[in-house]
Amino acid sequence: MRIGVFVCHCGSNIAATVDCPAVAEQAKMLQDVVFTTDTMYTCSEPGQNEIIEAIKEHNLDGVVVASCSPRMHEPTFRRALERAGLNKYMLEMANIREHVSWIGKNKERNTVKAFELVEIAVAKLRNNLPLYANKFDVNKRVLVIGGGVAGIQAALDCADAGYEVVMVEREQSIGGKMAKIDKTFPTVDCSSCILGPKMVDVAQHENITLYAMSEVEKIDGYVGNFEVQVRKKATYVNWDNCTGCGACMEKCPSKKNVDEFNEGISKCTAINIPFPQAIPKKAAINPKGCLMLQKGKCGVCAKICPTKCIDFEQKDEVLTERVGAVIAATGYDMFDHSVYKQYGAGQYPDVITSLQYERLMNASGPTGGHIVRPSDGKEPKKVVFVQCVGSRDPAVGRPYCSGFCCMYTAKQAILTKDHIPDSDSYVFYMDIRSPGKGYDEFTRRAQEQYGVQYLRGRVSMIYPKGDKYIVRGADTLAGTQVEVEADLVVLAVGAESAKNAPALAEKMRISYDSYGFFMEAHPKLKPVETNTAGVYLAGSCVGPRDIPTSVGQGSAAAAKVMTLFSKDKLESDPQVSSVNASRCVGCLKCATTCPFGAIKEVTDRAGNVKAEVIETVCQGCGICTVTCPQGAIQLQHFTDNQILAEVNALCQAQLDF
Amino acid sequence: MSISVGYYPGCSGSGTSVEYDKSTRAVCKKLGIELNEIDDWSCCGSTPAHTVNHTLSAALSARNLVLAAKQGQDEVITPCPSCLANLRTASHKIADESYRPKVEELLDESCEEAASVASTLQLIVEKVGLDAIKKAVVKPLKDLNVACYYGCIMNRPPELMQFDDPENPMAMDKIMEACGATVLPFPLKVECCGAAAGMPKKDIVTELSGRLLDVADSLNTEIIVTACPLCQMNLDLRQGQVNRANGTRYDIPVVYFTQLLGLALGLSAEEVGLSKLVVDPTPRLRFAGVL
Repeated sequence: MRIGVFVCHCGSNIAATVDCPAVAEQAKMLQDVVFTTDTMYTCSEPGQNEIIEAIKEHNLDGVVVASCSPRMHEPTFRRALERAGLNKYMLEMANIREHVSWIGKNKERNTVKAFELVEIAVAKLRNNLPLYANKFDVNKRVLVIGGGVAGIQAALDCADAGYEVVMVEREQSIGGKMAKIDKTFPTVDCSSCILGPKMVDVAQHENITLYAMSEVEKIDGYVGNFEVQVRKKATYVNWDNCTGCGACMEKCPSKKNVDEFNEGISKCTAINIPFPQAIPKKAAINPKGCLMLQKGKCGVCAKICPTKCIDFEQKDEVLTERVGAVIAATGYDMFDHSVYKQYGAGQYPDVITSLQYERLMNASGPTGGHIVRPSDGKEPKKVVFVQCVGSRDPAVGRPYCSGFCCMYTAKQAILTKDHIPDSDSYVFYMDIRSPGKGYDEFTRRAQEQYGVQYLRGRVSMIYPKGDKYIVRGADTLAGTQVEVEADLVVLAVGAESAKNAPALAEKMRISYDSYGFFMEAHPKLKPVETNTAGVYLAGSCVGPRDIPTSVGQGSAAAAKVMTLFSKDKLESDPQVSSVNASRCVGCLKCATTCPFGAIKEVTDRAGNVKAEVIETVCQGCGICTVTCPQGAIQLQHFTDNQILAEVNALCQAQLDF
Repeated sequence: MSISVGYYPGCSGSGTSVEYDKSTRAVCKKLGIELNEIDDWSCCGSTPAHTVNHTLSAALSARNLVLAAKQGQDEVITPCPSCLANLRTASHKIADESYRPKVEELLDESCEEAASVASTLQLIVEKVGLDAIKKAVVKPLKDLNVACYYGCIMNRPPELMQFDDPENPMAMDKIMEACGATVLPFPLKVECCGAAAGMPKKDIVTELSGRLLDVADSLNTEIIVTACPLCQMNLDLRQGQVNRANGTRYDIPVVYFTQLLGLALGLSAEEVGLSKLVVDPTPRLRFAGVL
């Protein structure tokens, strides 16, 4: 074998604490190494060309690059090998940056370690074999989980590009949080007026199949070939015939159910359409409140319904959909402020959440857009906004900033003045975080044009006094304690991950952080991708996002899906396990340990049971190889021979510079 | 039921709050709790010690916990939250092996064996239990609107106290409910009464305690129930001062929870030391049929 070794300086990143020329010089004595050099930036164009030229000139059949972590540049150098006509798996990288130069200052010892890593890489490379990818078909349909604004954008973009979209929404209508909001910042335009048309487009688009009141039960398969089970929850209304006329809602005698869409500030009937612009505009029965389903008598809706679509016998239905890609856009939920005992633990009727306040301001809300106190229906003259409730507070396990509360609070304070001109608004804030186009100007406008009093400090407690509330907090700029007597207190509750997000993440086999937000493949360079091929993310399921960012991510995730679907066939990664059938005894221990279900049982011509790896499902984790008592199953590119060669090289290394 | 624990009355128990000490002993006896007063107990150091020197404060308190252990007690209870805070802090510090030698040096003895400490309130709620109290009540506090006031240090700092909710404690509320009283949702349960500031700067107490009385009055509180000698003193003894400073005319009795609990358990007014209070609770208690 003829091996070339390229030692990268990475500017001064490596060269400052590693003697790169010495490493390159020493590498010449390693077995099979015929060419070595050191380069300023191996990943640059001249650096790559140097590799290509060396391969041709010295007739190399394997390359070791000693540089950075393979995470970023392994694909770069593999492509360089391919351009030079070599199989791309004939490359090995020695990580002498993250593992050496960045973590140690002693140049002499760093140089020894760097050489040892090169030695290991050469030893492995001597056992490498060319690997070839298999090709498989792509199912060009996409599943979008969640019908908020991010999911809607992703679905419409994919559908417009000509791909079939299956959208699954947990609630009765799509629209998500944005559908509940009155106005958007910083333009103060009507939220449902800009979202409504997009929701209608989803309903009418010939490429989109919408399952509302549905949840993803199970996802099997792999990129290009997922099999998804969707549970359509019983609505007790035959949606094929329901026209959304609302006659049932007028006659339903059970009128005291918690109205989830209005965040619990009003009551609704047991059979209900959540809001006038709902998509799909279909009625559904809440079984908990329905007299017929609870007590067996009533059935008024069934009598009144002009299309006879009420079906009290309806059951959940599980459907199977086959798709090639998945976009998760499951959004967020609001922080439950009842853990703040000092703010009344959710027991004070006029201490409400920001989203409840949106419903109060919304013209299609329960008060028709009139701001009133939930307790007595009176118009509040003094409104206090408390920011960072459930944000930036490690005491309640929410150390992160929710990002959008500063902006929506400024908006709500401005709108309060518009609705009630003789009102006063106070905002308790920690810092004003408004980095967005027109955002900071907007918060200034709230203070300067609308006279909103901003008080910098946290609120220590809220307590009722008579029919008012005393809000006590610090004013850290004045260095005093302040008390404000309020008619209504609005808590700017932060965002937290959607309910059951971790369970869904596990169904999709993607990672999530300790707060339940989904993890992107790279926080900067792969913001809408995950570590599972074919699964993409959009919007607040990754972390709190405002509307423009969510829409942007919806489009970005759609673009990633279109890139995937631009190929008719995908290449599978050949770095997967394979079974040596002559050594396999068919114990199938490997099948029981495989976390991906990638090993199936087969029978050979002689009728013996054997294990077989499904290459497209195997993720290359290697658990099966250590499970196999016969050593019959080997992970390609990480075989026992290759790993033992590395260990031997390291144990034999005795080198002094 | 028989529970036997060490008892640390604290200095105020033999002075400004003898009625708290008296009613605590009487209630414990009634509930079958044997209190073994620590022989030769000394002051916990109170506020002055820890404002000057933390190690000194720890040593003054730790001495009592070591004594209790020597006298065969694993657990000590104290009615006073301020003593509790000092004793708990000391116990926390001598559990830290790097800190313990500093305390041992001052005391000139080993602190390895020391009793743990809890409040009377915690013992009653956790060891006796609300069901047992309900069963033992012979004179329910029916028709009595009470507000329970815990003061700022009964449950705080939460990492140290590990008992009840630091912002909205319910232990006394539940005991009073078990006694049949109507417990009002008092929002200032853990607000400061002004504490020891009454000595150097009285207007702090008249402002802060005044606020407590304002809210209690707005809820139509008949009796304020406390668990802290200093809170009780500020609200009861200084109620006249508060009234004068704020132009109010409050006349709200402020009693220890052990006094009301004792009455409900059938003890007499004398046995729980009602006569020691400044704002006389007897008219209201008589009206409610408790006396």
